[in-house]
Amino acid sequence: MSAVLSTRGLAKRFGSLVVAQDLSLALPQGVRYALIGPNGAGKTTLINLITGMLRPDAGSILLGEDDITSLRTDARVKRGLARTFQINALFPHLSALESVTIAVCERQGCAGSWWKRLPGYRDAIDEAHGILASLRLATDCYRLTRELAYGRQRLLEIALALATRPKVLLLDEPAAGVPKDESAQLFEAIAELSRDLTVLFIEHDMNVVFRFASRIIVMVGGRILVEGSPDEIARNAEVRSVYLGKAHLG
Amino acid sequence: MTTADPAVADPHLYLEAQVRWRRIEIAFWLAALLPFVLTPTYLQLASQIAITALFALSLDLILGYAGIVSLGHAAYFGVGAYAAGLLSKHFWGEPLSGLAVAALLSGLVGYATSHIIVRFRHLALIMLTLGLGLLLHEAANSAHSLTGGADGLQGVRIRPLLETFRFDLYGRAAYAYSLAVLFLVFLVARRLIHSPFGLALRGIRENAVRMPAIGAPSRAHLRKIYTISAAMAGIAGALLTHTTSTVSLEVLSFQRSADVLVILILGGAGRLYGGILGAIIYMVARDQFSGINPQYWYFWIGLLLVAVVMFLPNGILGGLAKITARWHGKWP
Repeated sequence: MSAVLSTRGLAKRFGSLVVAQDLSLALPQGVRYALIGPNGAGKTTLINLITGMLRPDAGSILLGEDDITSLRTDARVKRGLARTFQINALFPHLSALESVTIAVCERQGCAGSWWKRLPGYRDAIDEAHGILASLRLATDCYRLTRELAYGRQRLLEIALALATRPKVLLLDEPAAGVPKDESAQLFEAIAELSRDLTVLFIEHDMNVVFRFASRIIVMVGGRILVEGSPDEIARNAEVRSVYLGKAHLG
Repeated sequence: MTTADPAVADPHLYLEAQVRWRRIEIAFWLAALLPFVLTPTYLQLASQIAITALFALSLDLILGYAGIVSLGHAAYFGVGAYAAGLLSKHFWGEPLSGLAVAALLSGLVGYATSHIIVRFRHLALIMLTLGLGLLLHEAANSAHSLTGGADGLQGVRIRPLLETFRFDLYGRAAYAYSLAVLFLVFLVARRLIHSPFGLALRGIRENAVRMPAIGAPSRAHLRKIYTISAAMAGIAGALLTHTTSTVSLEVLSFQRSADVLVILILGGAGRLYGGILGAIIYMVARDQFSGINPQYWYFWIGLLLVAVVMFLPNGILGGLAKITARWHGKWP
């Protein structure tokens, strides 16, 4: 199987609350996945399990051929698995350039060196600046993160993940809290990412989902209900009743 | 200090501007030589200030930059002080090699304890550092045959510095020695802060949860800075032994841990000169206030601390930075 990321029978419970049950996935390279489902369906839990921020009670996670289930989060990132957060997890008192430079330095293996000045790492700085420029953040990159407009902070979330040069990018509601018109811009930026990159994003806006995803995974109650192309999902009666119906009511 | 300046278009110039030496820094270090000329009778105090400043600088590396709050940093200061004292008593009294041994030993103790320290945060971390500090203090207290216990270590014999300059009552050699060591360690700290590692530490301070998600082995980083900080604190402790030729149990006391924290908060944590400025203010205030009223001088320190924390949350240096930034028409 040529999946770049796969999970087999992932399960997680908190006490008696089952938050993930028998989650098995296989994501091929370059595909844009949308992960949808009602609140509490376990979407963020799945991302937490895949990235190692939560330990599964059962099951395994494979990146390419390698079992990464026992690796720490940072080790998974080094192998090409990056994520963003639904609620901004940024560095408020660092500038955007500094923030992204940390991630680049970690990847290049120079983040532990303390005897050479930062400006000496010209390659890392150029790369960080390049990533910010590719997301149209170059003009803001010297400002402190906390001074950036919210929409720009959402882009910085993605820039940080990209700086790790992922093979698989997991975006937890990248447009959460962003106004509709800006949200479209944000997804344009995501759509422009390299076609080699596998992207999985959680999103509630069905217009966005159907426009930008080539495959859709529907989760309900900690389980995967169905996985398929946008057409298949749109026609699926179960999805309509469980998810879309509810969403329209809400 | 990160200043937003959209006029700087080149990322290299922007980062270069953050690390270059400022004129005021050079002026500060030159001014540090003034006590030799202006207040030659206060050189012992000046030496104490330099040692305290070095201790505060070591705390700043873990607290101000990496976000590790410690109430037990005197543990490493004390290990350095006793290491230097015991070395001179039982083996040799040459000070420079004594500094190296003290740094090594306190660094080792720091490395050993760092494995516990980096697993905890917030209140648990404060209690843990406090507990470790108390443990070491009582261990030294009970090991009377080795440390002299509450009577202090007797028989410390320090050779003249470079076999030429004696540590005498006037404190010329003491201040020259302490200032030189402070400056050299400061250079190391400054370089560290402006390195990729220093940036990663600030990342951990700003958002410890995000760091692993961008590939950073946070705990390894924290163990490293904790070890470096402990070694620096040990150097400060050894300086105290060398310049006073005694070691009292006080070097390991909770009071010393608390004082250095107060000093750093007063001066401004997370700013290279915060601990140094704090040490100057605190030590001079102690000298002056205790002259006026030896029993109640802590009242004034308390008042100063309350005022600074209420009105200058980033310390005195943070307040000054804000004023100068406004002066230049931009916000810090």
